[in-house]
Amino acid sequence: MTEVETMARWVAPGARVLDLGCGDGGLLKHLWKTHAAHGYGVEIDDAKVIACLGNDVNVLQMDLEDGLAAFADRSFDTVILSETLQAIRRQEPLLREMLRVGREAIVSFPNFGYWRARIQIAFAGHMPVSKELPYQWYDTPNVHLCTLVDFEALCAKLGFRVLERVVLTGGAPVSLLPNLLGALVIYRVSA
Amino acid sequence: MIVEAKKARFSEPLRLKSGAVLPEFEIAYETYGTLNAARSNAVLVCHALNASHHVAGSYAGEPKNLGWWDNMVGPGKPLDTERFFVVGNNYIGSCFGSTGPTSVNPATGRPWGADFPVVTVEDWVAAQARLADRLGIERFAAVMGGSLGAMQALQWSLSYPGRVRNAIVIAATPRLSAQNIAFNEVARQAIMTDPEFHGGHYHDKGVLPRRGLRIARMIGHITYLSGDAMMEKFGRALRRAAPGFDFDVDFEVESYLRHQGDKFAEYFDANTYLRITKALDYYDPAAEFGGDLAKAFARAQADFLVISFTSDWRFSSQRSREIVRALLDNRRVVSYLEIDAPQGHDAFLLDDARYHGALRAYFANISL
Repeated sequence: MTEVETMARWVAPGARVLDLGCGDGGLLKHLWKTHAAHGYGVEIDDAKVIACLGNDVNVLQMDLEDGLAAFADRSFDTVILSETLQAIRRQEPLLREMLRVGREAIVSFPNFGYWRARIQIAFAGHMPVSKELPYQWYDTPNVHLCTLVDFEALCAKLGFRVLERVVLTGGAPVSLLPNLLGALVIYRVSA
Repeated sequence: MIVEAKKARFSEPLRLKSGAVLPEFEIAYETYGTLNAARSNAVLVCHALNASHHVAGSYAGEPKNLGWWDNMVGPGKPLDTERFFVVGNNYIGSCFGSTGPTSVNPATGRPWGADFPVVTVEDWVAAQARLADRLGIERFAAVMGGSLGAMQALQWSLSYPGRVRNAIVIAATPRLSAQNIAFNEVARQAIMTDPEFHGGHYHDKGVLPRRGLRIARMIGHITYLSGDAMMEKFGRALRRAAPGFDFDVDFEVESYLRHQGDKFAEYFDANTYLRITKALDYYDPAAEFGGDLAKAFARAQADFLVISFTSDWRFSSQRSREIVRALLDNRRVVSYLEIDAPQGHDAFLLDDARYHGALRAYFANISL
């Protein structure tokens, strides 16, 4: 099972979707084709924005750090933040904004509690570099890495309800010791 | 691409927003490419203050007289005339061929001059719709423009919601700010206080208010460029070996502005300048909805592409974001690009690879 399949399962047919950090718009295009779900992507990178236009995906070139003021309250069914949370400078306001403009949020991120990451720090003594986290510490866009436990604590603090959680490693679901054995985690949350 | 300017004459009167009536009028236009059998590939291009219907290509025997948006429109260009049938037009009240203050008033047999009514963006669009009827275009694949041209694209989506599939709105604003209006007023004052203006009846006196037009253009030019672009282009470079300690041209930028002003005063009409800046000042589709732009766009049916440039301080990105917000509130299909370009308002005329790449991608997805 992939991240896209997991997210698609959580999006209702015909839903209105906002994809924050949408890249080339591949997920939105998939959701449109499989679910007739329509919406908008938000992306800051010029080349990715143009790729979205090429993919016939609605895209808004905006900086997520500036918030979601362009969007009205409850104007989306689902707001997606796919593997972008860790690259945001201020998580709390963005997560609050996501559940202001959307009924539900889907958030995915690389789990920093994954055993390979732990081993690289604990035994090799250096910051983890992996398929999910391919950067060196000095050139990474990932400024706020976290683990499952950390994220769930933040959700509790913000008063969000975790509706579902899927943990994946190499495309396979993980149920045993997810914070240790899971490389990627995907949450569905609501206010 | 060799192109040809044409004219369409309309003898049915046009009632203007001001209440005045234009008894008859002509629109100068050009077309590029071929209208397909389904008549589904027409794109209307709208111009800004000082441009015209000559959008692309050149006239036979005048290879240097290239259209003002030739980098955008033509065979293989972002707006590809091998796929689309592109219509360039000169709005009414302008001075490049369509009926305006320099045209002959049928009632007097003399140029309209100061008697030509004040026209609005809404009036331009109404006149353009007559041209579309004449050309057999029921619905445009896109209406596109930059700056004042973008206002026309916006207004098309409001005046004729069913006749526009895509509105491409570049370097736009939904309404002028007080600062914008202030710049326009200084330009108008420069013209109207020129001793050769004669209340707009300068043709009768056989003179032209060139000084006023020059200053108006100089002010305009300052607002079309960013401070950085101006510094980059001219710096503090001197035109002469050392400062003259007089009031002749010292700096490059002074020389540039004087040159632009001189050029403009030779080809542009003063009464036209007054009216176009008024059309800009008056444009505010939200006004009849208590200032609520989202309510104004409730009737729009088009898909939208909105593009702004970060260094544009004349019509800043914030103004474009207001348009986007209003469209989102109405759940319109919209994409928005904020291009980090240093040139200021004039960036919409340049050929930035991201800007052109975005339009190329967008047009490629317009089905015919």
